Amino acid sequence: MNFNVLTDEVLYVLIGIIGILVISTAITLVLKKKNPSHTVDEVMLRIKSWWVMFFIFTFALVIHSTISLIFMGILSFLALKEYFSLIPFNRAHRLVIFWSYIAIPIQFLFIYFEFYGMFIVFIPVYMFLLIPIQAIIVGETKNFLQSVASVQWGLMLMVFGLSHLAYLLVLPGKENSVLGAGLVLFLVVLTQANDVAQFLWGKTLGKRKILPKVSPNKTWAGFFGGVLTTTVLAVLLAPLITPFTLTGSIIAGLYIGLTGFIGDVNISALKRDLNIKDTSAIIPGHGGILDRVDSLTYTAPLFFHFARFFYF
Amino acid sequence: MRSLLFSILVRPVILFVLGINIRHREKLPGSGPVVIIANHNSHLDTLVLMSLFHGKSFQKVRPVAAGDYFMKNKFLAFFSTKVMNIIPIQRKMTKDIQGMFSPILEALEDDSIIILFPEGSRGEAEQLSRYKSGIYYLMREVPDIDIVPVFLYGLGKALPKGSFIFVPFFVDILVGESFKYNENRKEFMDTLNERMDNLGEEGQFKEW
Repeated sequence: MNFNVLTDEVLYVLIGIIGILVISTAITLVLKKKNPSHTVDEVMLRIKSWWVMFFIFTFALVIHSTISLIFMGILSFLALKEYFSLIPFNRAHRLVIFWSYIAIPIQFLFIYFEFYGMFIVFIPVYMFLLIPIQAIIVGETKNFLQSVASVQWGLMLMVFGLSHLAYLLVLPGKENSVLGAGLVLFLVVLTQANDVAQFLWGKTLGKRKILPKVSPNKTWAGFFGGVLTTTVLAVLLAPLITPFTLTGSIIAGLYIGLTGFIGDVNISALKRDLNIKDTSAIIPGHGGILDRVDSLTYTAPLFFHFARFFYF
Repeated sequence: MRSLLFSILVRPVILFVLGINIRHREKLPGSGPVVIIANHNSHLDTLVLMSLFHGKSFQKVRPVAAGDYFMKNKFLAFFSTKVMNIIPIQRKMTKDIQGMFSPILEALEDDSIIILFPEGSRGEAEQLSRYKSGIYYLMREVPDIDIVPVFLYGLGKALPKGSFIFVPFFVDILVGESFKYNENRKEFMDTLNERMDNLGEEGQFKEW
């Protein structure tokens, strides 16, 4: 087993997260005693799920980098499966979906072998161009564009986008320190913290809606509060687990806050279009995997290229 | 053995490669005798329905299946009887209705949870074919036993009739209100159709 990933700095951050989870669990327990309500129960359920997700994620991150890759591949698969289960689709093109699942192990093998060139072109070039062929072979032209476009969009977000999280682990320059795991932790913690902060600021101060037609619960106060909180957190965490300078960490925080919001409302728009609330019921209190990784589908690739461009 | 197989292999695999969204689980009976009817789109239907039952009630689950198909050869017969614990019946209608149903009736007397697909065969993927009235003649023999309608969606996408390539999709399972036998055959079949249609509508499933 390879425990090197667990540097002191990574450990401090993990302990910090446990601290925050303990505090929020305590607060909700007190609230529940004072005035029990449906909202408090809902929040408790969510925090419980946060605990579970935290332990699964930490386990996957610190044991071994290969296990981290497999875990992220599974995450990608589960999100893609939720997406395909929700969208309307011409059943004649069923095999198109089959091939796009096959893209997941291939994409993650490129990451495993640190084959950056193929990692970056495999989905947007090869998969995008090969996928229509299956539909053409079947010969059904009704909804051809819809099928091909839906599959490509799913691959883009759920496989290409999320797999950037995994490529952070194998970025060059990890020899002396264990930069990769630190960057993954940085990105995931900030993205999730951004979601939670937006929710909390929106609940306490939110008045004016930011996108009433797409996501009626999102407010301007939530948006700005979230981005600011994320930036403060980025400045605090960056010296521990990233190579970023102060300016770099401020930009990273603003960038993750903004793009996380877009990723979130992007999936909200999809759900609104399909007239559903949650993508599945796999995570109690949160909904589906896709509800949880929606922001990551944007932040992972965008943060990755930010970090790679300026630091690697 | 069967319990173990389902716990360590079948249920985890189903949850991973398919995933289950179940609505109104509380309406699913915990013990027999009861007849569960469902729409039939895939060979996986039975496996998924069985995986919903745990422990003691799992031991009591008996899917009714066509003898001519599932007892075709030795291997299939072994799997059908030893793993799936099916009740094989002949699909051809005979005059001897009681004789044909007798294995089911015996199982019901033993408090079994019977799984039955009244369509008789797997339909086109995610299209409901009309239910056959065999269920009416069966329930006439046991008029006091509850019938629980269950609507399945997604397995016809994952592994439809005529395809050997499995594609992962979520399975939606909707459990409906139970009902009982009614002497009037038309009324009985109308109730059955209506229950299943309502469950299908409740799911608001997208075109496939």
